[in-house]
Amino acid sequence: MNWVLANLELIRELTVQHLGFSLPPLLIGLLIALPLGWLANRTRTGRTVLINLAGLLFTIPSLALFVLLPIVLGTQILNPVNVIVALTIYTVALLVRTVADALAAVPQVVVNAATAMGFSPLRRFLAVELPMAVPVIVAGLRVAAVSAISLVTVGSVIGFGGLGRMFTDGFQRDIPQEITVGIVLVLALALAVDGLLLVFGRVLTPWARLRETAGSTA
Amino acid sequence: MIEFRAVTKRFPDGTTAVDRLDLVAGAGRITVFVGPSGCGKTTSLRMVNRMIEPTSGSILVDGTDIASRDPAQLRRGIGYVIQQSGLFPHRTIVDNVATVPMLLGWNKRRARARAVELMELVGLTPELAKRYPAQLSGGQQQRVGVARALAADPPVLLMDEPFSAVDPVVRTSLQDELLRLQSELGKTVVFVTHDIDEAVKLGDKVAVFRTGGVLAQYDEPGVLLSRPADGFVDSFVGRDRGYRGLSFVSSDGLPIGEVVTVRVGQPGPAEVWTLVVDEERRPLGWFDGRSAGGGPVDADDLVPGGSLYDTGSGSLRAALDAALSSPSGRGVAVDDEGRVLGSIGADDVLRALADARRAGAAV
Ligand SMILES: Nc1ncnc2c1ncn2[C@@H]1O[C@H](COP(=O)(O)OP(=O)(O)OP(=O)(O)O)[C@@H](O)[C@H]1O
Ligand SMILES: [Mg+2]
Repeated sequence: MNWVLANLELIRELTVQHLGFSLPPLLIGLLIALPLGWLANRTRTGRTVLINLAGLLFTIPSLALFVLLPIVLGTQILNPVNVIVALTIYTVALLVRTVADALAAVPQVVVNAATAMGFSPLRRFLAVELPMAVPVIVAGLRVAAVSAISLVTVGSVIGFGGLGRMFTDGFQRDIPQEITVGIVLVLALALAVDGLLLVFGRVLTPWARLRETAGSTA
Repeated sequence: MIEFRAVTKRFPDGTTAVDRLDLVAGAGRITVFVGPSGCGKTTSLRMVNRMIEPTSGSILVDGTDIASRDPAQLRRGIGYVIQQSGLFPHRTIVDNVATVPMLLGWNKRRARARAVELMELVGLTPELAKRYPAQLSGGQQQRVGVARALAADPPVLLMDEPFSAVDPVVRTSLQDELLRLQSELGKTVVFVTHDIDEAVKLGDKVAVFRTGGVLAQYDEPGVLLSRPADGFVDSFVGRDRGYRGLSFVSSDGLPIGEVVTVRVGQPGPAEVWTLVVDEERRPLGWFDGRSAGGGPVDADDLVPGGSLYDTGSGSLRAALDAALSSPSGRGVAVDDEGRVLGSIGADDVLRALADARRAGAAV
């Protein structure tokens, strides 16, 4: 415990850094995945291409991506942009499929009804299809968030900050307490973000959990 | 007015869903499309709001060819109600109903006020406004669907089997409600159903389709029942069409006979059926003099009467049914207030029918 008390400032700094690495990619990734998922849902070939591409991206080992990106982007090896871009790629890879599936799951009856009322396609997407896809998208976002938070620790191995630093540092200087606290904090962070997303999703979709409480017969 | 001019719809797989349809759905009238499954009713309906484009031919709404209109704009002027209600599950009832006004650019307050108005019009209490569709019964959801379709006061209303997913009691009340609404609003309604009884009840005119999307007959319901164009329509219209056709024959010439009435507590006449009435002369039931043996009429001894024949809105069908369903064999005729006017026998109805036929009614 004394190590923790002696290093509170460091822990705080690393936690903030960790969030700074993992949250922006989630947001950017979601914003990219939404139109891509919509596109994937438009045509059969579009779907096949985009979803396979996304699956392929996800299989690239994270360490390799961290090393390769500076070459591709022309950035310094320890530029935080590399981490952000790498995690954004993973988030997009995860979410394209989720978004496509979520949109495909919106009942055709409802989409047709919206068309018949006089929604233009874009307005229908924003006002009907997207809101109805929110529960599934949030579920996918939770998975992406947890995976982003854990992937940031991989970046620490090659010298980026974040809570993963506590693993490498604790290992090199033989401070078991530091390693343990690092693991606990990463877990806690993942759980906290996951929980926040869960609550956020519920607040956003009060209608989504009504189905079992009300009958739909006359 | 909606005009189909030689409209054909062939799907890419070669199915001819609608075959050279020529038909005029009158302004302010309910036109019903009826026919067996797959005969092209839904396809015909959905061509009116351009959810489906015809392969050839043209459709005019109030004189304008709809092909020349922007689809989204066109649809905002055409109410559309479907079987599964198609409500937006993520929106409250009031916001569902306010959909088209919002699309038309009304401000939120005005759209919602209008929505609440519409909810009341279709018989939904305003307390339901803040609920979500999943929290409503099927019958209530259909009402919301109707309210949503009417919110922007479109001149045209398309309804595709709107009441077929609810139970028969709710269906009857929704049908009655639609007729009441229509008498107030006078929309040009096209209503699709596969239920001939519903068609005959609601339609000012009924179009019977046969498989292959061919119009078999387009007539007023009375004519459809009494003079089916061919064997297909005959069998589709059903067995007891003769009886149901009586709904469309006025009972104006039907003579109303005497009926002996008695009040509870008075001595009951022996050996005959006597109608028991209250102080207002409203029928309570029948008293069977043979089994009662001459004592005073006891409220517990009454035999329930049959259906009542309301002379104000009467058809021969109501009169005949009153006679057939009465334990005494005499149907009870009442006025608008429900007071007894007299009685009728089945033979009187048949005689009136014969007279009507001689006078040239389509029966
Ligand atoms: N998108 C489509 N592609 C190919 N064929 C279609 C399509 N939509 C409808 N059809 C066919 O066109 C015919 C008419 O269909 P439609 O839905 O209009 O029938 P309907 O009269 O409404 O039947 P129901 O009473 O079962 O609703 C059917 O044979 C149907 O299989
Ligand atoms: Mg249909």
